[in-house]
Amino acid sequence: MNEAPLLAVEDLWVRFRTRARTVEAVRGIGFTVGRERLGIVGESGSGKSMTGRAILRLIRPPGEMTAKRLDLAGTDLLGLSERGMRAVRGERIAMIMQDPKYALNPVMRIGRQLIETLRVHAGVSRGEAKRQALAMLEAVQIRDPERVMRGYAHEVSGGMGQRVMIAMMLMAGPELLIADEPTSALDVTVQLDVLKIMDRLVRERGMGLVFISHDLRLVATFCDRVLVMYAGRIVEELRADRLDEAKHPYTQGLLHCLPKIGGGKAPLPTLRREAAWAR
Amino acid sequence: MGALIEVRDLNVVFGKGRQRVHAVKDVSFAVERGGSFGLVGESGSGKSTVLRAICGLAPIAGGQVLLDGAPVPHGIAFARRVQMVFQDPYASLHPRHTIDRVLAEPIAIHGLGDGEDRIERALDEVGLGSAFRFRYPHQLSGGQRQRVAIARALLLEPEVLLLDEPTSALDASVQAEVLNLLARLRAEKGLTYLLVSHDLAVVDHMCERLLVMQHGAAVERLEAAALEAHRVDTEYARTLLRASEGYRR
Repeated sequence: MNEAPLLAVEDLWVRFRTRARTVEAVRGIGFTVGRERLGIVGESGSGKSMTGRAILRLIRPPGEMTAKRLDLAGTDLLGLSERGMRAVRGERIAMIMQDPKYALNPVMRIGRQLIETLRVHAGVSRGEAKRQALAMLEAVQIRDPERVMRGYAHEVSGGMGQRVMIAMMLMAGPELLIADEPTSALDVTVQLDVLKIMDRLVRERGMGLVFISHDLRLVATFCDRVLVMYAGRIVEELRADRLDEAKHPYTQGLLHCLPKIGGGKAPLPTLRREAAWAR
Repeated sequence: MGALIEVRDLNVVFGKGRQRVHAVKDVSFAVERGGSFGLVGESGSGKSTVLRAICGLAPIAGGQVLLDGAPVPHGIAFARRVQMVFQDPYASLHPRHTIDRVLAEPIAIHGLGDGEDRIERALDEVGLGSAFRFRYPHQLSGGQRQRVAIARALLLEPEVLLLDEPTSALDASVQAEVLNLLARLRAEKGLTYLLVSHDLAVVDHMCERLLVMQHGAAVERLEAAALEAHRVDTEYARTLLRASEGYRR
């Protein structure tokens, strides 16, 4: 597998300048994503979500993003104008956020939102857009797509809303999908259904997936490769099926601090954070 | 030995007519003194509503809640014996009160003496120390806030702690610290826990027995040992168990 990566990131920084001080949320990280499922794992404040947003150049002031290189299959994303970047968002790189309640437009029917996506990106006729929207809702296993198309975001459950989001994001046929905690707001049983759908679509379409999550175990069972982030840095990169070979004490700590069924009642191992990890 | 806390055929109904929601349906369970009992289920299963009904925060439409064999007392007398820790430590502490003031309030309400000592002791017990006494909640991390909420619950030296998803809003490593703290306090003080969680692994770690709930009703009663051996009878409990093991390709 020596093909060129889909996304190449080099020396990425995200800084927030305030009057008092500068907070460095992401500190000079680099990685590549191929047509694979890459997991980015870390706890709150590790910079994992900021990394996802920075790829889309969605860091709002006072935040600022710099990088040596941000390349999407030959396109230099850093050199694009804001207008050029808008053409990349949604069409070549799509993003799924944690809570569909906030990501869907609350006052527009779901069907119209889906159709609009297609008309903007693919420029197809209304009838064709509707046909494709219905097909896409079926692909994410929504049983009564006609009814869902007529409904509003608040009328569907969390799991259903997240499927609608996935349908909407995949409609334009992006090359890369960034999913930021896509199932964290869902019940466990629904979580797995949504993951299964995402897994299948990503594989069938040969897309790259960046899966951002706090849940190391879930990521390990779902992804091919895992980056572990701590304090804005990547502290370890691992093959997902070799998680037990993790060397960094932070990764090991994250793995062992979760209670396990049948793990007994002994106190859970806790993480002793060392200043050196953040260096 | 009789149960310290017992719930018999509990029903909770919200609203009327078309808006009527039967949130808890004929749920019964008992927790012996010093025991730890878990309620597990997904959102909308009614698990948190059971806790809220015990404290009088949800309307009881039928059934009984007994404390030491007698109907639960109300108001101050109840608060002395049963305390609750909520899910979101960001929402359950007054944002403009210092930790000292948060902790002084129950002492004043209940007319307990030696407030200074009690506050210092409570902060020590939850591993915070007196350095945190005059800080505001926004100066604390999520885990530290949850420790304050636990300290506040323990100030009145209750017998029962109702824990409503006490670690769901916390990072995994912080969750481990708070769970360890809760387990230690229970052993030291002989507390009785009723723990609500969506996370089967957390309940298995913390409780000896548990009740799986779905759509407001009890689905299956389990011993932690049975759970560990994957000996479950209902399809729903099996689904939850499988889901807790992560994604399978």
